[in-house]
Amino acid sequence: MSKRVAVYRKEHFNAAHRLFRPDLSAQENDRLFGKCALPNYHGHNYELIVKVTGEPDPITGYVVDMKWISDLVQEKIIERFDHRNLNLDTQEFKALNPTAENIAIVIYDLLRPHVLAQHDLQIRLYETPRNFVEYPA
Amino acid sequence: MVYLTRIEHFNAAHRLYNPDWSAEKNEEVFGKCANHNWHGHNFELYVTIKGDPDPDTGFIFDAKRLSTIVKERVIDKLDHRNLNLDVDFMLGKRCSIENLVVGIWQELAPALPAHVKLHCLKLVETPKIYVEYYG
Repeated sequence: MSKRVAVYRKEHFNAAHRLFRPDLSAQENDRLFGKCALPNYHGHNYELIVKVTGEPDPITGYVVDMKWISDLVQEKIIERFDHRNLNLDTQEFKALNPTAENIAIVIYDLLRPHVLAQHDLQIRLYETPRNFVEYPA
Repeated sequence: MVYLTRIEHFNAAHRLYNPDWSAEKNEEVFGKCANHNWHGHNFELYVTIKGDPDPDTGFIFDAKRLSTIVKERVIDKLDHRNLNLDVDFMLGKRCSIENLVVGIWQELAPALPAHVKLHCLKLVETPKIYVEYYG
């Protein structure tokens, strides 16, 4: 019987962003993105939940050390995005719309190389208290 | 006397900086909050009114009508906006939550019916930071 356990670490960042496509007209952006396309940006408190799944290590009893996940997320994600404008201040969203969906995929891709191959990684990202996404689905 | 609170949400970008200061001084005082390209939050606004329940309705004031007034007078001006650039009652002010809550009070209080007494505004900026203002 599998002894796989999921462990979760919650982290927080806040950022400004705007949803729009520069190749579309203002009217078309308004139709697709509504208030989220407003030109002077808006922002969110993002809640990030990183889930790592695997079998507890026989020596430590940990799947992974929570402090290690926290330090990794701080270094790779929070320092990159916290108090930033996702559209203007980050390389990742220069040509990618910073929707919650895309932010979750970017965070996964930034963290995945650092997580052991035998461990599964999943990202849950809350954009508001009521809107959240998960990747991989 | 009963206190009734209605909670509303908005999200917005802002930046903390003083235009009279150098970039270095702003960075020293406001840190990451001074980021030139803005950052943002999900804000929660708790609007508390006080009064005696009306004998006919049992209400201090209809919570749905209170919500409509709050939305029309403040949320519509703030939601998905840049507080420094887009909000008429914050122009020329430092966009701290302290100043924002006072600005919201000044917008909201005159819009309420005379018998409805605004008691407190609580403005939550992050899960760890909020302000309260009693007028």
